[in-house]
Amino acid sequence: MSDFTLVGGTMAAATPLIFAATGELVGEKAGVINLGIEGMMLVGAVAAFAAGAAGWPAVLALAAAALAAALMALLFAGLSLSLGANQYAAGLGLGILGSGVSAFIGHAYAGVSLTPIAPVLFGLDPLVYLALLLAGGVTWFLSRTKAGLVVRAIGESPRAAHDIGYPVIAIRYGVTLFGGAMAGLGGAYLALCYTPLWIEDMTAGRGTIALALVVFSAWKPWRVVVGAWLFGGVALSGLFAQGLGVALPSELLSALPYVATILVLALARTRALEVPASLGQTFRAEG
Amino acid sequence: MKRLVLERRAAPLAWMRLGAPLLAVALTLLAAGLLVRLLGRDPWETFTIFFVTPLSTLYGLSEWLLRASPLILIGLGFTVALRANVWNIGAEGMFVVGAVAATVPALAFGDDHPVWLLPLMMLAGTLGGMAWAAIPAFLKTRANVNEILVTLMMNYVAGLLLSYLVNGPLRDPAGFNYPQSAPFDASAQFAPFGDAVRLNGSILITLAALPLTWLLLERSFLGYRMTVSGAAPAAARYAGFGQAGLVWAGLLISGGASGLAGMMEVAGPLGQLPLSVSPGYGFAAIIVAFVGRLKPLGIGLGGLLLSLLYLGGEAAQMSLGLPTAMTRIFQGALLFFLLGADILITHRLRWRDR
Repeated sequence: MSDFTLVGGTMAAATPLIFAATGELVGEKAGVINLGIEGMMLVGAVAAFAAGAAGWPAVLALAAAALAAALMALLFAGLSLSLGANQYAAGLGLGILGSGVSAFIGHAYAGVSLTPIAPVLFGLDPLVYLALLLAGGVTWFLSRTKAGLVVRAIGESPRAAHDIGYPVIAIRYGVTLFGGAMAGLGGAYLALCYTPLWIEDMTAGRGTIALALVVFSAWKPWRVVVGAWLFGGVALSGLFAQGLGVALPSELLSALPYVATILVLALARTRALEVPASLGQTFRAEG
Repeated sequence: MKRLVLERRAAPLAWMRLGAPLLAVALTLLAAGLLVRLLGRDPWETFTIFFVTPLSTLYGLSEWLLRASPLILIGLGFTVALRANVWNIGAEGMFVVGAVAATVPALAFGDDHPVWLLPLMMLAGTLGGMAWAAIPAFLKTRANVNEILVTLMMNYVAGLLLSYLVNGPLRDPAGFNYPQSAPFDASAQFAPFGDAVRLNGSILITLAALPLTWLLLERSFLGYRMTVSGAAPAAARYAGFGQAGLVWAGLLISGGASGLAGMMEVAGPLGQLPLSVSPGYGFAAIIVAFVGRLKPLGIGLGGLLLSLLYLGGEAAQMSLGLPTAMTRIFQGALLFFLLGADILITHRLRWRDR
């Protein structure tokens, strides 16, 4: 295979990770950690697949995926933001519920396949470019706009932001729903472009890799892209190595993103990672 | 115009701590009934198949306890760690590593049928789970690394390790390339209580763990230090309770319990190490712990409830053709309703004028 396929394949493999991780990054910047990305991706995947199988145009299928996953995120937000439930517990519940909902609906599509979205440029489909635009847009939003500054301020000190007069809970709702919609697009990419054949649990841990990527990237969107290429490239080079007859257990390469993230967590100083100070903490306006 | 608002209670409503899980179960049943109705089926018939049929035979009752056993054991370990404010969501991985660690001696010594094989496997499973838990413990105490992310990631690493082993070194040479180990010798398995049931002596481990956990949490100095340290870290530091030691204790106990549960599974109903060794017990046990209000007796009841959800899901698949994914939907819904109902402990719902 040519180098070009390797580059293109890497970019394709990175795309769902970029969508999901960039969405999660914005939420974490505002202090909300959602461990249920995997569940939201799976719901997005099944929504997109069902829409595609019903003959909807790709744009509508993507919208359905984003909406369905955002609805799942709304459940999480209602629990953790309005009712003050622990974010980690609510995220775990979301992961279990989402994977169940996805498998339940997807049951009817076992073995069904779709025609993948056609490539537009350099043999890659439009979503690959959309993911890069998203990462660029989020970088600009967080570092160059007033709204982005408010999001970051809420992540650092929700109490101070509240006292100044910013609607902390409402903004956290907004970023959580955005994160859900992006996870949904990541799942939709898998269902419509990457493996357009319905397989239960088709995300295969990508939601957790996305969560890892946010840490790996030290909460910087452009590093999410680099990290996603790295993780995508590693996974793909494993396939190439096997194709060339190099005996490497595929599990070893699949484990690399997790191991790399644990190493980054262990080796980087917490300060250098720039963890949002209020990450995972419940905020109540009433005090 | 009136609207519904949440108002903080002057004091927490104590009985609601027990009322919330019951409310959550009721809401889950209600939601499940609606879902079943939506699918065009009779809710009562479905509920009977889900919750009554599995318990109407001796075999069913034995399966109920058999499934509850690992859930309870893992849930107890999770609770001990949480008491020290350590969130171990890596029980799934520790369960898997425990199962793997127990499989190695089972395959190595099974042919000689030694009497010490089962105890050795129990030791191996426990140590395997502990070793997996030692990594997040080391990282948390040495580098202040968030244990939630590390334990979550390590679940996947454990799953991949299992996949490598059952497709490689531990694969049954006579197993037609199925990803599973060779069947264990009888000396490497707990003998079932009877010919018609799969329940075995390993349930006694779980039964013993229930009062032991109570003693540890409520009557031991270690449990006291964990409680203080989890609830008021500054006070614990002032009292000289080493935080690091408590993190280690919490994770090692949790890992050991999960690993032992993994051993009980391969040496019990499975009788070998398959790729699908865990149907998500490690995650379901977290729900068990929360539903059980982080108290041993409650965890026992929570384990029975979640076990019934597994059995019911399988029964509904067999007789109604409903996907087993329903079990996961119910699990997630139960946790969601519980987390939501918990607000009623500290808050009340009020109609208020705009």
